[in-house]
Amino acid sequence: MSKPDVPAPAHWARRSFLARTLGSAALLPLAGCDQLSKSDWFVAILDRAETLTRTVQRAVTGKNALAPEYKEADLSKLFRANGTTDPEDSAYQALAKAGFRDWRLEIGGLVEHPATLSLAELRALPSRTQITRHDCVEGWSCIGKWKGVPLGAVLDRARPKPEARYVMFYCADPMEQTLDGSDSRYYESIDLAGAYHPQTILAYEMNDAALPTAYGAPLRLRDERQLGYKMAKYIMRIELVESFANIRGGKGGYWEDQGYEWYAGI
Amino acid sequence: MSNERRFYRHRLWVRVTHWINVICMTGLLMSGLQIFNAHPALYWGRAAAFDNPFFAIGTIQDAQGRVEGVTTIGGHSIDTSGVLGLSGDPRDPGSARGFPAWATLPSDLWLAMGRRWHFFFAWIFVINGLVYGISSIIGRHLRRDLVPMPQELGHIPQSIGAHLRLRFPKGEEAKHYNVIQKLTYLIVAFLLGPVMVLAGLAMSPRLDASYPILLDIFGGRQSARTIHFIIAFAFLAFVVIHLVMVLVSGVWNNLRSMITGWYDIGEDHEQA
Repeated sequence: MSKPDVPAPAHWARRSFLARTLGSAALLPLAGCDQLSKSDWFVAILDRAETLTRTVQRAVTGKNALAPEYKEADLSKLFRANGTTDPEDSAYQALAKAGFRDWRLEIGGLVEHPATLSLAELRALPSRTQITRHDCVEGWSCIGKWKGVPLGAVLDRARPKPEARYVMFYCADPMEQTLDGSDSRYYESIDLAGAYHPQTILAYEMNDAALPTAYGAPLRLRDERQLGYKMAKYIMRIELVESFANIRGGKGGYWEDQGYEWYAGI
Repeated sequence: MSNERRFYRHRLWVRVTHWINVICMTGLLMSGLQIFNAHPALYWGRAAAFDNPFFAIGTIQDAQGRVEGVTTIGGHSIDTSGVLGLSGDPRDPGSARGFPAWATLPSDLWLAMGRRWHFFFAWIFVINGLVYGISSIIGRHLRRDLVPMPQELGHIPQSIGAHLRLRFPKGEEAKHYNVIQKLTYLIVAFLLGPVMVLAGLAMSPRLDASYPILLDIFGGRQSARTIHFIIAFAFLAFVVIHLVMVLVSGVWNNLRSMITGWYDIGEDHEQA
């Protein structure tokens, strides 16, 4: 649409000046909030709410309350695969090509008996099957059927030492290209109470088939009372630690290091 | 202003909780839109049917290869470029995002920070709401000022008419809320507020494990998310109407009464 080439009346200019001034004034608090979001001291204040959330949620929920389980009919027709869907890692690709015959789960750190387990050995252990809802931090949910070995049973075989507090999961998938060649592979952590929850399993099957690549083959975590990013896919190594303050970004996980909550209960 | 025209309308705790609420609801709405932008679609039921959202904001390419912002509701799509789906900021005049930068907190797409702001304000909103709710019951604000008397319910049509004609009472009648005000404040504060919080809590996988009733109330986590979103916009609609009413019924008088407590009831000449 073309505009007639006639000078606008002077009061239009005044009006648009007024509108712009009022507009900027309205945006000032917004710009202020953006600045606050980038300041350490203010984010530390916001984070107190997260401590409150974690403390209160733990206080009002039972340690071993079970997440709702669903029926076959509830299974999502399309289960979204988020994050990595095919790890860009040559060692992983080689393992995948051989059907994970040579893949071994390593369990180490603060345990009496460090161990390595093959997929066949994991499958031989008592299993649990559950149809549960997967809640992504983005807001969507999908329902899937998972079969795996309870993490608690695996940990019991390795015998955690008394000082062990967290279970670290180290994964095969690099999340970004780093300039200095530092490790960008996915990692996560949960506490021991979460690890021994009856529904916390190391899943090797999804919807009655071997775990597909996009969903974390050969082994992924299911931790049904936390958000999706806690449930590490492509697990290679499990390590028990007393603290994760000195591991990678120090926040206990790949997304936690990017500012997401470690607790992830809501 | 003569003394008898001045009426102490709002007690201190009503004023304080009102203004804390103003800040909280602004922060919650804007950080909520930031969170929504991480997955700008809504569904009914337990899980997401990605191919059949109840509401979605996204982009499509038209025949000429131009990108358009598109909002879909119940299967009908509308071009909402400039506001929803595709909107600009000074650095990038056409970025694909659900709600525009001016409506979200923080303004950039930054889910982790949006969540921090949201839960921070959510706690203050809940604590502030509890203070208001409990004080309303103990201080008889609820019974005396908000719950309509049975005979008032018959005045609803008249009251709606008076609102639409922007006629506001003066004198004795201005000393208490009219029936529409009573019902509105009652529904917003004592129904929508608690339902909003419950719908938010229903999205917590941890709470769902211990309190599956949260899911039963709303018909599933995705329904709870959708209801949470709808109530947010019901709040927004309330605030818009509330502000219009404040403006047209005497903005300074209203503002003074919500800051100092004192309201000028004016001359009683409107009484027939």
